Amino acid sequence: MHSTRRAFLATAGGAAAALVVRPAHATPESMASAIRQIVGEASMKPGKIKLDLPPLVENGNTVAMGVTVDSPMTAKDYVKAVHVVTEKNPQPNVISVKLGPRAGKADIQTRIRLADTQTVVAICEMSDGSFWSDKIDVIITLGACLEDPV
Amino acid sequence: MAARTLINVPQKAKRGDVIQIKTLISHIMETGFRRDNVGALVPRDIITSFTCTYNGETIFDAELHQAIAANPFITFHTVATESGTIAFRWTGDHGFLQEASAKITVE
Repeated sequence: MHSTRRAFLATAGGAAAALVVRPAHATPESMASAIRQIVGEASMKPGKIKLDLPPLVENGNTVAMGVTVDSPMTAKDYVKAVHVVTEKNPQPNVISVKLGPRAGKADIQTRIRLADTQTVVAICEMSDGSFWSDKIDVIITLGACLEDPV
Repeated sequence: MAARTLINVPQKAKRGDVIQIKTLISHIMETGFRRDNVGALVPRDIITSFTCTYNGETIFDAELHQAIAANPFITFHTVATESGTIAFRWTGDHGFLQEASAKITVE
């Protein structure tokens, strides 16, 4: 009898622990690990890239976002990739774009979702292998993911 | 599964000009984090990738995630090099695939 009760408690405890492990939201740590995956061991400096987001957002379901990189976009000196990551969305990655000299201008616009008041970081990788970043703090009045599905 | 697309590419351009391309596709971009009215998770259904080719050469390749708003709208630029076709391709969950193209005349 003892052994079955013990076994049951062990299983139940294990199941409870497994439920707790996954946080509901991404954390600054998960953003840091997402950045680490993009950048690797290279260092990241602020500058060159410009992230454009409104500082105060009423509705996080659609937020107009623009990313521009200061680069001549020639065959020798161009932007290889642009990434955007967030701190508190359920999943840190937003968009990853591969560019090349054919782009002519590194200027991308899209609409994103933001779940909460948080920091958004844009990272660009240049053709010489250097990484540059820009970040913006955004205040969200109504976050995405809160409304009920229709 | 046909989705509506809206594409804005200039019909004519001068050789070497940087042109702006705007694309919009109707898609729910369901995140997979929301619950329905009985508490079950709504399965994820998003567009995961968008690519644009200019006469067969890839000029823009984006990986999209759940944080892209519904009906993904993407604006980007390219250099008008020669007359031809600019083709767009969206792929996503559950075998979603949508293609569109536009013609451009370069003088």
